[in-house]
Amino acid sequence: MRKKGTVVIAMSGGVDSSVCAALLVKQGYSVIGMMLKLWSENGHEAENRCCTPDSQRLAKNVAAQLDIPFYIIDAKNDFYDAVVTPFMQDYLAGITPNPCLRCNRNIRWGLLLENAQQIGADFFATGHYAILRHNKAQSVRLFRARDDTKDQSYVLHVLNQRDLEKTLFPIGNYLKSEVRQLAIDFKLPVAVRRDSQDLCFLGGGDYRDFLRRNTQEPFIPGKIIDQHGNVLGEHQGLPFYTIGQRKNLGINSTKPHYVIKKDVLTNSLIVGDKETTLKKEFFVNGVNWINGLPKHSHLRVGVKVRYRAPILNGTIQIYAENQVRVFLDEPYYDITPGQAAVFYQKECCLGGGLITENADSRSEG
Amino acid sequence: MKNRPRIYLDYSATTPIAQPVLNAMLPFFKDEFGNPSSIHIFGQKAEGALENARNTIASFLNCRSDELIFTSGGTESDNLALRGVALARRKNFGANHILISPVEHHAVSKTAQQLAKIFGFELELLEVDSYGLVSPENLRQKIRHDTALVSIIYANNEIGSINPIPECAKICREFSVPFHSDAVQATAYLPLNVNILNVDLLSIGAHKFYGPKGIGALYVKQHTPILPMQTGGGQEWGIRSGTPNIPYIVGLAEAIKFVENYQNEWIEHLQRLRDELISYVLENIPDSQLTGHPTLRLPNHASFVFDGVDSQKLLMLLDLEGFACSSGSACKTGNPLPSDVLLAMGYSPKLALSSLRVTLGKDTTQEQIERFLTSLEKIIAKIRS
Repeated sequence: MRKKGTVVIAMSGGVDSSVCAALLVKQGYSVIGMMLKLWSENGHEAENRCCTPDSQRLAKNVAAQLDIPFYIIDAKNDFYDAVVTPFMQDYLAGITPNPCLRCNRNIRWGLLLENAQQIGADFFATGHYAILRHNKAQSVRLFRARDDTKDQSYVLHVLNQRDLEKTLFPIGNYLKSEVRQLAIDFKLPVAVRRDSQDLCFLGGGDYRDFLRRNTQEPFIPGKIIDQHGNVLGEHQGLPFYTIGQRKNLGINSTKPHYVIKKDVLTNSLIVGDKETTLKKEFFVNGVNWINGLPKHSHLRVGVKVRYRAPILNGTIQIYAENQVRVFLDEPYYDITPGQAAVFYQKECCLGGGLITENADSRSEG
Repeated sequence: MKNRPRIYLDYSATTPIAQPVLNAMLPFFKDEFGNPSSIHIFGQKAEGALENARNTIASFLNCRSDELIFTSGGTESDNLALRGVALARRKNFGANHILISPVEHHAVSKTAQQLAKIFGFELELLEVDSYGLVSPENLRQKIRHDTALVSIIYANNEIGSINPIPECAKICREFSVPFHSDAVQATAYLPLNVNILNVDLLSIGAHKFYGPKGIGALYVKQHTPILPMQTGGGQEWGIRSGTPNIPYIVGLAEAIKFVENYQNEWIEHLQRLRDELISYVLENIPDSQLTGHPTLRLPNHASFVFDGVDSQKLLMLLDLEGFACSSGSACKTGNPLPSDVLLAMGYSPKLALSSLRVTLGKDTTQEQIERFLTSLEKIIAKIRS
């Protein structure tokens, strides 16, 4: 073993993780590639975004070219239980989940990290765009990536010190364009694939069709009403709608309507005009603080309410260790229960939790 | 990771080519490159090499040389035997029933399943005991006059158990049903005299016994009904068209000679190492079981299940320590489903996913086995902790 130590790199066959592997080899680590085999719906295996047989072949080719060992870790059942089942349960319970968070928490920094530790690896690397800095107190802080458009700190806010201690993000300080160039310079056999925000197991399909195929629950039609209780139409089952949705509501009206709330108790879909989707205050539960609970109960922060949303200025009030109330300076549209709100101070990610309707909603484990 | 030691204990997956085999092949790539069908001297030389190779193998199998068909390997031989005979038997005799063991290699079982699904044959499986062995009595109960073909593997690749081929062949003979056996794993170590085995068809593949990959043969007893699966220029008596792969056929024959010369030496050497390995594992690793028969098994073959151990993880950890092993069949990595063979023997799916196959070869040493056992014991303890 070389003196830099052994690192396990999570590979996907894509350009980011492939370049990471090449950089680590170049930096003198003993590198071992691992690829997760995640769950795919029966008959839809080839559409899965990140672990098709094709991606496996690509990742294997990269590993072979770099002359590093490569293993496929089967996580089908774990992924189904930890990610897919709660994904469906959340939709059925009227909220809009972000399964990548659970995957990072339970699969990548769960099952895969365990495998890395079991083979005695010193470090664990992924191709995420984010930056880690170790300070003297031996705590690790998570920062936004240098490439603002690619930053993935949002989906990494679920990690804790134990996870981050041995983690490396080799491309956090590179722009995507530089990473693409590195792939060419390293002559890596990665295919040109479009970046996608689609969920891997939906394979580009619609989540509504996925729910129809994969849940036993009946979808019960109900009323579409406005905020004043006027009935405007009928919905096909609450799970098929998301907050902010405008299209395919089936309302006959000249002015556009937006989904502002899904009332599970009365099985009704509440819609309003664009203005009504704006919100300034909301609650966040199950908050993970990457560097521990802040000292002050009120903080000025930047808040990100969706993966693709901008950072909004606001104040948070911490009223329990993992519960926060957010006051945005300016109202923002489509604040969606089930999505994460992630807090930043400058470039540093403090942590985050799940947006809820009410302070007393169930918290996320 | 470049300089880690590499100890190969997966000889049932494939073997390195032996130097004399490679030497014999080399002239036929460039200097003697002719097509055996050609009239001229180049063709004559190639045809001479082809028939010479055929004679070598025929004498090893104790068959006529025109009963041998060269193929691209064990898988093609199995495919040709099953599809070719089943379709011919249906055409000539209306036979529509196929009988195979539940411990066949996928080259046989998947072909039989396709014959059932697409071509409408009635596929029936024999029973096996907890060692994975078929019984002649069970065959007698299930065989019928309209059985198109019976196929039983000689020695199983995953568990090494050796089936009673001559006894089964006798029953097939009584019913005049063609009998095929996949002898791919058996060639290096077991008697392969087709008159004693009494089979109608036998598959072999060179890379399991120090020959090259991509070449094999199918023995087809005279007068066995068989349809070609690859048609064209009519080579190999019209059963398998295509220009014969002369360098590889020469390699196959040379590998057969190599087996003839060294077989007894290997058996003695490997059986001793294997028995040491098996008894060490069973005595020192808790909750370990030998899969397959303790004595009626290939002399180079040891296979186990370890309760509570994920075999994919075990293989990865062994590989990182430099030991190349398998969970059973080489074709399953990355998509671990419990082995059909182990399930047919009565193992639970969970236990079936904890399998390890260690197969030795002519270059395996005592020291390698000792180092392997030390690591295996440690790794299993680590996985279970």
